[in-house]
Parts: sequence; structure tokens; C-alpha cells
Amino acid sequence: MVKVRIRLKQRKPNRSLSGDITNIVILIFFGLFFALPLIYAISNAFKPLDEIFLFPPRFFVRNPSLENFQDLFILMQQSWVPFSRYILNTVFITVVGTVGHVVVASMAAYVLAKHKFPSRTLFFSIVVASLMFSYHVTAIPSYLIMSFLKWIDTYYAIIIPQLAYSLGLFLMKQFMEQIPDSLLEAARIDGASEFRVFWQIAMPTVKPAWLTLVIFVFQNLWNTTGGTYIYSEELKTLPFALQQILAGGIARAGVAAAVALLMMTVPITLFIITQSNIIQTMTTSGIKE
Amino acid sequence: MAAVIIPNTKIPIKTRISYAWAEVKRNKVSYMFLAPYALIFTVFTVIPVLVSMGLSFTYFSILEPPKWIGFQNYINLLLDDEVFLIALKNTFLFAAITGPIGYFAALFFAWMINELPPKIRAIMVVIFYAPTISGQAYIIWNTLFSGDAYGYIHSMLIRFGIIYEPIQWLTDPSYMRTAAIIVVLWMSLGTGFLSFIAGLQSIDNTLYESGYVDGIQNRWQELWYITLPSMKPQLLFGAVMSITSSFAIHEILVPLVGFPSTDYAAHTVVSHLVDYGNIRFEMGTASAIATLLFIAMVGTNWIVQRLLRKVGN
Repeated sequence: MVKVRIRLKQRKPNRSLSGDITNIVILIFFGLFFALPLIYAISNAFKPLDEIFLFPPRFFVRNPSLENFQDLFILMQQSWVPFSRYILNTVFITVVGTVGHVVVASMAAYVLAKHKFPSRTLFFSIVVASLMFSYHVTAIPSYLIMSFLKWIDTYYAIIIPQLAYSLGLFLMKQFMEQIPDSLLEAARIDGASEFRVFWQIAMPTVKPAWLTLVIFVFQNLWNTTGGTYIYSEELKTLPFALQQILAGGIARAGVAAAVALLMMTVPITLFIITQSNIIQTMTTSGIKE
Repeated sequence: MAAVIIPNTKIPIKTRISYAWAEVKRNKVSYMFLAPYALIFTVFTVIPVLVSMGLSFTYFSILEPPKWIGFQNYINLLLDDEVFLIALKNTFLFAAITGPIGYFAALFFAWMINELPPKIRAIMVVIFYAPTISGQAYIIWNTLFSGDAYGYIHSMLIRFGIIYEPIQWLTDPSYMRTAAIIVVLWMSLGTGFLSFIAGLQSIDNTLYESGYVDGIQNRWQELWYITLPSMKPQLLFGAVMSITSSFAIHEILVPLVGFPSTDYAAHTVVSHLVDYGNIRFEMGTASAIATLLFIAMVGTNWIVQRLLRKVGN
């Protein structure tokens, strides 16, 4: 505790011990409240079937077992196409879509924040406003566009629209605005091409922003079922295949808990990796003039 | 931009086009950076939105081609549809409570977590973001609020002698909205929260040191005079995210209070939209609802952005 306080004191001078303690107490109290779903999901996945329907219900597992996971693997082996195909499909969509989106959105955000050209404010306002229109009613026009492009039942229909996800451009633009112009100008004077300025100066400076964006896009794509666009069995995604397994109803409640936990594990792992990286950049830099 | 200053009438169209073209060529690099995004965004977002707005002036049942009916959908909604007015009232109530509280909670927790030493900080971010990242985990609130013998909350209240008989939290119209608001707030540390965390990490530490020299005395002054002004772009981003989510509450409500909820007590504008669009297949009306909601959100956003400019002054 003493060591921690010294470090805090070195970094930020305006801190009182009582304030730090209050801070920690509040965070622990609310932390327990917010950690509820994680604890519940983990505990549920290890409950044998009879314990899931136990009355009176129990929050924590009493006799943890791997029964649910074993059942899940048996069900996976019975699927129409090899189950690994679903996993591969989802991994492909997620990786291509996430990387593509971060590059496409950051490039657009970079010029919107740092170049001056006609209609840039208008374009940006349209992007922000588009976040406010309900996606429920755009489903039909979107489908018609996809079918016009002959993209139904291909991954284009899922990946390409994701590249221009409005939220990503908005987030990146907000962070790019904070990059000091002098930093970019210096690189230009040294003869760097505009793309190099973007890629080697701007992007590393806003690392916390795109590490955060990766999480948002990854979560979206990882949970995508392919919805109305994908019909071929061999193109279907992991969440879709798992939904099929869970359609077995109440008898599959144990498997459902295992599925929920497994699906959560990947984004959470990625989340922990990106968060610890954000914190590393913080200790070395910060945006400086 | 210069084109605005020159009166439009006196210049022949040809000159104007060539002027615009020269402008495009001068900014070639900028437009090339923007092009991939702009193209995809136009095709898959702008066009569908414009088509929907157009459909809001039609009767469109998906099975037959749309029929033009002018403002009839809007008139029906605002003058003839009692449920829509209930939905409107509920939406504004939910937005007015969950929007600001969720926003400040996200900011407050992000700021507090940022005080912690690095390793603990990463763990805390994961814990606070857990309700959002763990998919449909909010379903556990069903068990907590359940009105039957499985319900944790009323069983505890009965045990402590605060109430004497079970309360149907999720079906009784007088408790339903409160229950829903609690769950929504519990899930409000999402996009905005993470952008605040990232924003706080990007602030230059020397600003704090010079602030100390300039006589800033405690963490509150530091927050108002240094931290918040340094993360204005993130504050704006978080505000827009709060508006879009607090005006569009629906998915959370379905497993919680049912769809439709008892007496429409927790029916929101988006619930109404989904009812028309996905159940009755009246896409014209659904589009009109979406357009009205869009106008409400853009208006709120305009006001909030103006308020946020004042931060740190």
C-alpha cells in the first residue's frame, strides 16, 4: 500500500490519503456489483444440469463438473459440416473485418481531423447523425442493395458494410484532433509522404484509440450470426451454429451455459490484452506538443 | 468554402464546375484517404437511411409495392395512436434518467479507475466493462427481479420484514420502469466508458505537473481545469453514444418486462417501431417512427454539444 501511494504521489501531486482510500472503497463496492454477470456465467457453466434447475436457486455452483462442456463437444461432433468450419468462418470474418475497419476508418478520420478541404464538416456531421437512425428500418433497403450487388450468401455482405461503421470514424476523429499539428508538419518537412505521416506518426500517437476501437468491432463481428445474408451451411458462423445447438430447449440449458462462457472468453482475453497495452503507451508517452 | 462568398447567380455553371474540379484536384490526397470510407458509407448507410425516410411517406407492407400517402403516417402516429404517445413519454423518461446518469457514471468511474496503479487498473476496466462484454448476461436480472419463488430481491425484502408479500417487479406497471432503469444503468458503462479510459490515458502528464505549480490544490480542481478540458473530444463522443443508446432502449426490455409490457408501461419508441416493422409489417409507419426518433436525437445532440463546449471555462 505504501509503495502504491508513493508511485501515485510521483505521478500526480494533488492527492490526499483519505481521498485515495475512499476511491478504492467505492471502486471495490461497485466492482462487485458490475462483476456479477462474469461470476454468474462462470459459476453457471460448471453447474451440472440438476443444479441449474435447483430449488431454491443458488448463485454459486456446489458440485462443479465439466459435464456441460463434454455434452457440448458431443453435440459439436454431430453437426452437418465439421464444427471447425464454423470456428474458422467466424475467425476469418472477425479478423478481416476488424483490421479492415480500423485502417479504413482511421484513414478517413485522419483527413477529417487534420486536413482542410471543402465539405469535410458536412461529411463528418452526416456520419455522426447516421448513428441516430434506427437500424431496424434500414434492414430492407440494405438487403435490396446486397441483392443488387449479388452479395447475398457471400462474406462481402457482412464484412464490407462493417468497414464503414460510423462509430469507428467518429471515435478515431475525436482522438486524431488532439495530435499537435507541429508533429505532423515536422514529418512532412522531413519529406515523408502523407500516407507515411498517417501510418508512422498519427497512428502510433493515437494507439489508445484504435486499441479501444478493436474491441468494439471485434465484439460486433465475433457475435454476428450472418442473419439474413448467409444461407449456405458451410459459410455459417459460430454463433449461428451454437444457436442451433441451443434450440434444443430446456434440456440444453447446461450446454447453453457452457456456450455462453466459451463465447465470452475470446473477446475478454482480447480485451485484457488491449487494455494492458493502452496502459503501457500511457506510461511512455501521452500526446505532447 | 470560398464558393459561398461568391453570389451564385452570376457565375455560369461551367465556371462553377471547373472551379469545383480544381478544388477537388488541389485536395486530391485528402479525398483519396476519404474515398474508401465515403464510398462504403454512402452505399450501405446513407442510401438505406434515405430510402427509409422516403418510405415513411408511403404505405408499405413489404408484400406490395409502396403506395404514396404523404404525411398520413405521421398524422396517425401523433394524433391517433395513444400507444405511441405512451411510448414517447416513456422514451423521454428513460432518456432523461439513464442518459445523464449513465454518462456521468461512465466518466466518474473511468476517472477513478485511472487513479489506480497500471496492473490493477487493467483488471478494474475489465470488471466494470463486464456487463457489456458478456453478451446477454443481463438476463440474470430476471432471476433477481423474478416475481415467483425464484426471485432474490423480494425474498430478501420479505426476510428483513420490509415487505410482506411478493411484488411482481417486472409485470406490475408501477415498478416495471424502475426495474428497467436499474438494469439499463447497470449496463451503461459501454462505449463511452472505454473512450473515456482511452482519453484519460492520452493526456500529457506534464500538464498535471505545471498545474501543480500553478496552484491547483486538489483532485477536483485538477479534474475541472486540466483533465476535462484535455479530453473534450472524448466527452463529445461519449455524449453522442449516451444519446443514441438512451433513446433507443428496447432489446434489454424484451426479456425483462416482456414485449409488449403490461399496459405498455415500459413501451418505448423503438419497441413501437419494432412492433410495426417486424410484427405488423407496416414498414411505412415504422420508418416514420424512426424518422421522428432521429429528429428527437439530433435535436438533443445539438443542445448537449452546446453545453459541453462550456466545460472547463
